[in-house]
Amino acid sequence: MADLRIKFAGIESPNPFWLASAPPTNSGYQVQRAFEAGWGGVVWKTLGEPVLNVSSRYAAIHRGGQRVLGFNNIELISDRPLEDNLREIAETKKRFPHNTLIVSLMVQPKREAWHEIVKAVEAVGVDGLELNFGCPHGMAERGMGSASGQQPDMVRQQTEWVKEVAQTPVIVKLTPNITDIRFTARAARQGGADAVSMINTINSLMGVDLDSWLPYPHVDGKGAHGGYCGPAVKPIALNMVAECARDSRIALPISGMGGISNWQDAVEFLLMGAGSLQVCTAAMHHGFRIVEDMKDGLNHYLDQKGLPSVMDLVGKSVATYSDWGDLNLNYKVVARINNDTCINCNKCYISCEDTSHQCIDRVREPDTGRELLVVREDDCVGCNLCSIVCPVDGTIQMVEIPTEKQPQSWNQLQSGVK
Amino acid sequence: MSLQDNFKEVVPALKPKEAVDEANRCLFCYDAPCVQACPTGINIPSFIKKITTDNLLGSALTILDSNPLGASCARVCPTSELCEGACVLNGPAASKAIQIGLLQRHATDWAMENTKPNTALFKTADPNGKKIAIVGAGPAGLSAARDLARLGYLVTVYEAKPRAGGLNAYGIVSFRLPEDVVAWEVEQIEALGVQFCFETKIGEDVSAQDLLDNHDSVILAAGMGYVPALNIEGEDLQGVLDAVQFVEDTKTKPLTNHLLGKKVAVIGAGNTAIDAATCSTRLGADNVKILYRRTVAEMTAYEFEYEFAKNDGVEFRWLVAPTRILGENGRVTGLQLIRMELGEPDERGRRRPREVAGSEFTLELDFVIKAIGQTRQTHLIDAFQLQHEHGIPLVESGTYRTSQPNVFAIGDFIFKTGKTDAMVVTAVQQGKDAAVAVHTQLTSQKVQS
Ligand SMILES: Cc1cc2nc3c(=O)[nH]c(=O)nc-3n(C[C@H](O)[C@H](O)[C@H](O)COP(=O)(O)OP(=O)(O)OC[C@H]3O[C@@H](n4cnc5c(N)ncnc54)[C@H](O)[C@@H]3O)c2cc1C
Ligand SMILES: Cc1cc2nc3c(=O)[nH]c(=O)nc-3n(C[C@H](O)[C@H](O)[C@H](O)COP(=O)(O)O)c2cc1C
Ligand code: SF4
Ligand code: SF4
Ligand code: SF4
Repeated sequence: MADLRIKFAGIESPNPFWLASAPPTNSGYQVQRAFEAGWGGVVWKTLGEPVLNVSSRYAAIHRGGQRVLGFNNIELISDRPLEDNLREIAETKKRFPHNTLIVSLMVQPKREAWHEIVKAVEAVGVDGLELNFGCPHGMAERGMGSASGQQPDMVRQQTEWVKEVAQTPVIVKLTPNITDIRFTARAARQGGADAVSMINTINSLMGVDLDSWLPYPHVDGKGAHGGYCGPAVKPIALNMVAECARDSRIALPISGMGGISNWQDAVEFLLMGAGSLQVCTAAMHHGFRIVEDMKDGLNHYLDQKGLPSVMDLVGKSVATYSDWGDLNLNYKVVARINNDTCINCNKCYISCEDTSHQCIDRVREPDTGRELLVVREDDCVGCNLCSIVCPVDGTIQMVEIPTEKQPQSWNQLQSGVK
Repeated sequence: MSLQDNFKEVVPALKPKEAVDEANRCLFCYDAPCVQACPTGINIPSFIKKITTDNLLGSALTILDSNPLGASCARVCPTSELCEGACVLNGPAASKAIQIGLLQRHATDWAMENTKPNTALFKTADPNGKKIAIVGAGPAGLSAARDLARLGYLVTVYEAKPRAGGLNAYGIVSFRLPEDVVAWEVEQIEALGVQFCFETKIGEDVSAQDLLDNHDSVILAAGMGYVPALNIEGEDLQGVLDAVQFVEDTKTKPLTNHLLGKKVAVIGAGNTAIDAATCSTRLGADNVKILYRRTVAEMTAYEFEYEFAKNDGVEFRWLVAPTRILGENGRVTGLQLIRMELGEPDERGRRRPREVAGSEFTLELDFVIKAIGQTRQTHLIDAFQLQHEHGIPLVESGTYRTSQPNVFAIGDFIFKTGKTDAMVVTAVQQGKDAAVAVHTQLTSQKVQS
């Protein structure tokens, strides 16, 4: 049994799995149930100005029999009175002193407003604060959320204001709705943040009802852009985590989220530099009980890798994430098809033929009459397409072809020219 | 359970989510082996993909374009020998075959339930003024009629019986192929303008010459006849039945209790024997035995048919042949049988059975149902003066043209006993091929098939 405990920006947690600030963390009842189910921590649903919500407010995409590949919402921060939330936060922390309880905050970009809420929340005994500069809808139209989060100066400024009074670690939660997330992460650092978290939801229009021609979700005949999350956003989130993790001007702990649905996703985020993990959509889809497999799977994975602690994974792949200009242009792989497991569906053939480099031949084996798929390795550019479309795992391997040439990257090539 | 309930379709349809889940399993293979294995060449990956996108009309049209009897075939095709048998997912490295037949049924059922009555799903070309006669409204004739109507021909189908469908309407048991499915497929063909002349027997009510004189081409799709005689003593006793006629009665007459509690023996072990046997159990017979002179290995019934019959409680007795039907007061009381053993292989590679001397024994019985094949329509062969071999008209390969110009022959009418029984789906494909051949001949131009 590996040690799943983490220490993140000074905050201790029995395991790296936290529920993200969202509907699952909207009340004491829910958070207590989550802790009972085994979640290491939660980020309480964002507190701020009392707000109003609309109905309906969620939509999802389903594809190929899999439901909720992507999820979107036009919900705002907590619409419950601040006093109720604070009372329940205090009760919850008392009942579960060993679980991490972080509270998410969002107020108008005013110094007094931030001071006031930080003091009120810290007074009930929380483990940390998360500043929400992320929500892309509703609050942004009032100058909050991503309206702040899209301006690095405002992120820095507001973080500073919080740090003036905060006693607990301050995590700045970033919006992905920017051109380069590193700029806001650096601004958070400049403002004194103890950590950053990412990603909040991505601007999206989920779909249009084919019968009524209304956007999804729709409210009395109209829709609005909303925040996108769930499995479909994982690659975007992972990239942002990795970009921040390898940036020496950020150098802060990162709480990663965006599409984490199982222990495998979790391992990837940890390897790419996340020191804690947050989950929203997967819990909304399946309930709190999914954490059981997340912890269990992570545990077995660590044991198999011979690692004593989950902390040993954090950031282990960051160095492998680089720029295109640093990649070795002289490295070559080609596809090789294992005819023993090939089921002759010809999917590799047609995708290569129609959309890649026409280098798979269908050859009749004289003895058996069976058709074999054979890659002309000289023509194969090693694009991976065939191995991606092949339905039988492991049947198409991308194998390295040794070349005589020395490794050389584009950047090396360019510097040679100068 | 009433008798009627026993004759309701036994295989349940896929539930809507089940269908989509199953369709999503299909790999959408390129140059898919399932398509190659379907005698009518339905673009199976395409129709399945359309189920995944809720394009059920498109899915049904993809099926029916290649196979006008796609709804019937979805129910009666031996899929494990055809499309599903070829599915790449059968392999040890994969999972299990896509349930193509049930998905085909899902899509065509949708079309049946969601199209307006008497409205064709396909369009016809402008009338070209040419007239075609088709003899027999079974799968082969209907398929030829549909494709010729789409090409703009004026098609008249002459049918001896009062309804169209051939064995689909009269021969395949209701609990596998309900009547309304057959009726819908026929309605689709009628909606294209095909004329039907029912209760008109060519060679009796209308002469062959009349037909030839009044049409540009004639397609013979008359199927086969009833079961031939066993040529043993007692065959004319009451209670000796013809399997094909027996099944036909369950489809055309009110179901009665006359088999209730009775002992029945079916002679033969093809799919017709199975159908007769399972009809008997469903009519309430107390004991039903299938008697076959060879072994399970030589039986022509499909594996799934065999399993189905066993599940229905049918007993199988191998290596026995009937020698005499016993009776009292003109009614069957029993059957005398002789044990057989297998000798040298015959021309089909099946070992020939021979009698074991002195091994006779008798069974007490109330009914004996003969299911030892079907007779040939020799009167039509004579009427059209066709060259033939043992009652099987000779046809040109690919075009189905007979020795007479402008006369084509398809379906069970030209079925040569082979490794398998005759099938609806092959009759349908021959109908399509003959339609192309007729069109090619009459216009001297090639059409895309
Ligand atoms: C009991 C039974 C069960 C079967 N089960 C299956 C099954 O599960 N799956 C499968 O694929 N196949 C099955 N078959 C085989 C299948 O039914 C046939 O292969 C198929 O029906 C052949 O079609 P057809 O159009 O050639 O002939 P038919 O269906 O026999 O149609 C011929 C038509 O021609 C008419 N006709 C005959 N003579 C004349 C004339 N002189 N003038 C006018 N009309 C005439 C007949 O009345 C009939 O309607 C079964 C057959 C039987 C007997
Ligand atoms: C319905 C809904 C409401 C949300 N509300 C908040 C919120 O109040 N504050 C916040 O910081 N993030 C909010 N989020 C964003 C999530 O915390 C999280 O960043 C995002 O969903 C990505 O993670 P996931 O892919 O695991 O869902 C919300 C997300 C959803 C789906
Ligand atoms: S995609 Fe894979 S299984 Fe299909 S033919 Fe190619 S190698 Fe074989
Ligand atoms: S027609 Fe018959 S063989 Fe062809 S796909 Fe349909 S069920 Fe399979
Ligand atoms: S072979 Fe099987 S998996 Fe491939 S297209 Fe046909 S049904 Fe689908």
